[in-house]
Amino acid sequence: MSEQRREAVLRVEDLSIVYRTKRGDVKATSQVSFDLHPGEALALIGESGSGKTTISLALIRKLPKNAVITSGHIRYQREDSVQDVLKLSNRQLREFRWKDCAMVFQGAQNAFNPVLKVRRQFEDTAQSHGWTDKAAIRERALKLLELVRLDPERVYDAYPHELSGGMKQRTLLALGVLLNPQIVILDEPTTALDILTQRAIIDVLNDMQRQLRFSIIFISHDLSLAAEMADTVATVYAGEIVEIGPVNDIFYRSLHPYTYGLLTSVPTLEHLQDHLQSIPGSPPNLINPPAGCKFHPRCGFATDACKKEDPPLEHDIGTHLAACWHKDRLLESRKEPV
Amino acid sequence: MSPPILELKHVYRSFKRGREVIPVLQDINFAVNSLEFLCLVGESGCGKTTTGKIICDLLPPSAGAIEFEGKDIARLRGAEYRRFRRSVQIIHQDPYASLNPTHTVSETLSYPLLRHGLAGGRRGVRQRVHELLDLVDLSPVEDFIDKYPHQLSGGQRQRVSIARALTTEPSLIVADESVSMVDVSIRIGLLQMMMDLRDRLGVTIVFITHDLALAKYFAWEGRIGVMYLGRLVELGRTQEIIRDPQHPYTKVLLSAIPEPDPEKTRNKQHIQLRSEDIPRLTELPPGCSFHPRCPWFVEGVCDETVPQLASLPMAESGAEVACIPLERGKELVLHDA
Repeated sequence: MSEQRREAVLRVEDLSIVYRTKRGDVKATSQVSFDLHPGEALALIGESGSGKTTISLALIRKLPKNAVITSGHIRYQREDSVQDVLKLSNRQLREFRWKDCAMVFQGAQNAFNPVLKVRRQFEDTAQSHGWTDKAAIRERALKLLELVRLDPERVYDAYPHELSGGMKQRTLLALGVLLNPQIVILDEPTTALDILTQRAIIDVLNDMQRQLRFSIIFISHDLSLAAEMADTVATVYAGEIVEIGPVNDIFYRSLHPYTYGLLTSVPTLEHLQDHLQSIPGSPPNLINPPAGCKFHPRCGFATDACKKEDPPLEHDIGTHLAACWHKDRLLESRKEPV
Repeated sequence: MSPPILELKHVYRSFKRGREVIPVLQDINFAVNSLEFLCLVGESGCGKTTTGKIICDLLPPSAGAIEFEGKDIARLRGAEYRRFRRSVQIIHQDPYASLNPTHTVSETLSYPLLRHGLAGGRRGVRQRVHELLDLVDLSPVEDFIDKYPHQLSGGQRQRVSIARALTTEPSLIVADESVSMVDVSIRIGLLQMMMDLRDRLGVTIVFITHDLALAKYFAWEGRIGVMYLGRLVELGRTQEIIRDPQHPYTKVLLSAIPEPDPEKTRNKQHIQLRSEDIPRLTELPPGCSFHPRCPWFVEGVCDETVPQLASLPMAESGAEVACIPLERGKELVLHDA
């Protein structure tokens, strides 16, 4: 663990964020900590309003104006030095974004300027980061467009409206890695795309990551996508990471009742009948979250302890951590035949 | 078997955009049996929502007929037509858009009751609204009855729209992506409640979705119809379609979908398409619309003749498939990608 700690490219420590609203402070992110290692794909899984997008926006300091970071550090390792992203000046931030850490937003349809050719948008991006050699930009862009399995020459000289949704999404991925960032953040990379287009995007992302070796943080509500792409999965509930660990541990040996509840509420395509169950209730209001463990009102394992004290995110085995007082009971309950 | 509750016969629908004519549905034929679970599945633009609207007569077909309980709905008049409108209801996708924000839950549910004279006086209406909210598990009813939509969560709103669809005691409900906008953790609960309604109220539900796994769950004991670019390409028993899909498009689709299981999904064999571009509805290719992408394409056949939905001579399954090579009893030969 200590070795991994040293080599992490990004370390988020104790990050808390509130949104100031008329109705009160929305505690969107509470004491979130995680490490991201070189070449690792980390999935932040959660439902709408869980705070997963807030976490990702904080990483590139793009939070809305009413957001306040109340605690924490985001340490970024560049070559030999470590910088705290939360302390970067505006000039340093402009460098950091895209060159070190790129974000590909949801809805690729709207990410391009409709009146500029794709070429111009690649050039503008490169030039605003001090890269002026157009021929070199072109060479890099064409290589990346080929990597995302597009016809590079055609796409480079096209207007956005000449591309289909899936092609735009792939072009956006190529543009995202133009400056060779160490970290790429993807917000719902396949949502709103057709199934066959989703498949193409997943395959392209896997190829890109293999070749360019960047680290990925992706945010999704889709467990299948995490199962397919992630090395590490973090479950986010009510602004907290309630469980984090290697993908197989999370899917086959989950230690948090919420993660387990999510897993038992998604249908599969196997040839067998699914026996599914919803999680009762709905996610809490984050202006006045429940005391203790925020999941306790919906949890079948909850006891008085859960109402009083918020369980810490703790080690169990190796790098698998969960915030629950009743991990043993959850594991025990799953041994019983259904 | 009793006659089908609903039957679509050679239904076409096109929309005009400027001088362009967009063929959204072409030659749709299927029947819905009373109390069966039928799911229409397809990607965006395949015509599944238009089909749902046509079933409810919210849109007329450009050609073809819709028969409800054996009668052509275009010929229904007066009281008979009103009875049809009461009998067939729709639940829309977006519970944020489909409920009037200025009406309380009670008002939303009372209007159809009053409009169709279904519950007697004021007291009758109030009582019926209570019953409906109980049916959709919004209890205690007092906590919900006087709320406005903005005071409810997405899941609760969708329960209100389901209750609204039930006000007229329909025998057929079209549920168009009715759980897609609801959080994953409560989606299945909503779906299970809808499935229970069949047994409790004798409602037949046609479920429309883009999510094959959800379709499989909903229609496990029923049938799935797969749509592609305005046509039904495969129709058959759910368990057979999931185990042994026949149509090339269904095969590709099933192979492409990730599973919520790391080992299974990473070891899944993906069938490569010949092309990833989806044709525009205004520029549909000749013959089978899937042929430019189909890995089993047969030149001179698939690009010339439009396939019709038909039973397969060789297959044991009762599935109907629109694919000429399959219909001729040929083994499909995979092209190299």
